[in-house]
Amino acid sequence: MVYLTRKIEFSAAHRYHNPDFSAEENRRIFGKCNYPNGHGHNYVLEVTVGGETDPATGMVLDLKELKELLEREVMDRMDHRSLNHEVAELAGRIPTCENVAAVIWELLAPKIRRGQLARVRLWESPDLYVDCYGDGGRA
Amino acid sequence: MRLELTRRYSFAASHRLHSPLLSPAENQRIYGKCNNPYGHGHNYVAEVTLTGPLDPATGMIAHLGDLDRFVAREVLEPLDHRNLNEDLPVFRDRVPTTENLCIEIFERLKKFPGARLVRIRLEETGRNSFEYAGEPGGSQT
Repeated sequence: MVYLTRKIEFSAAHRYHNPDFSAEENRRIFGKCNYPNGHGHNYVLEVTVGGETDPATGMVLDLKELKELLEREVMDRMDHRSLNHEVAELAGRIPTCENVAAVIWELLAPKIRRGQLARVRLWESPDLYVDCYGDGGRA
Repeated sequence: MRLELTRRYSFAASHRLHSPLLSPAENQRIYGKCNNPYGHGHNYVAEVTLTGPLDPATGMIAHLGDLDRFVAREVLEPLDHRNLNEDLPVFRDRVPTTENLCIEIFERLKKFPGARLVRIRLEETGRNSFEYAGEPGGSQT
């Protein structure tokens, strides 16, 4: 098994707010992340695919294919967007780094045609990232 | 869906690698510059990785404010700008290698009540790092 990782960056806005909480609870629990007009991050996404190399090409998965998949599924959907208002898959979920990583996993996993998705690592800032492994183990 | 959250924290500390079980010549041979008598220091980076179910009300594994306060109290305040050999009782009789420091940080943080500690990855410099995930079969692994 060999793992390959492709990294992309996108910028998006979000706000943490649970409509079941009072305004005061939202502020207490989410702090600055609850400011009414939202804020944003430069997200860095590392997508890792594991598999056997194709003897004919020496590749696990054609990087160009992965690049186009990330462009279509992640960049077109999330880059320079509001995660609260413009990403249908996040409707009804608070757009935490955990939930965004899980949505990216769900979008990508069924569309990897060679090998399999091993890990989605989403950096929200240089101090914070979330790893999603689907239902599998550690890559 | 298995998710892990990792937060990175920085602190600076001094140490000296010297084992009382070894002769001065052996200490010098094994630890080299790290055995120089007055110690030296590093900018450490600790990566703290947690897992657990997402709280449906917040969409989070752990509340970052709670984690930051816990790490500040248990690790950053006692270690930052300290001398590991002199200021931490655990290193009175244990060499403060980054392996041992990584284990010590794991032991201090495994009591975090908000989520399960998976591992500590500790960078001593930009080129050396160490990871500890508890002992197999331990309550935290």
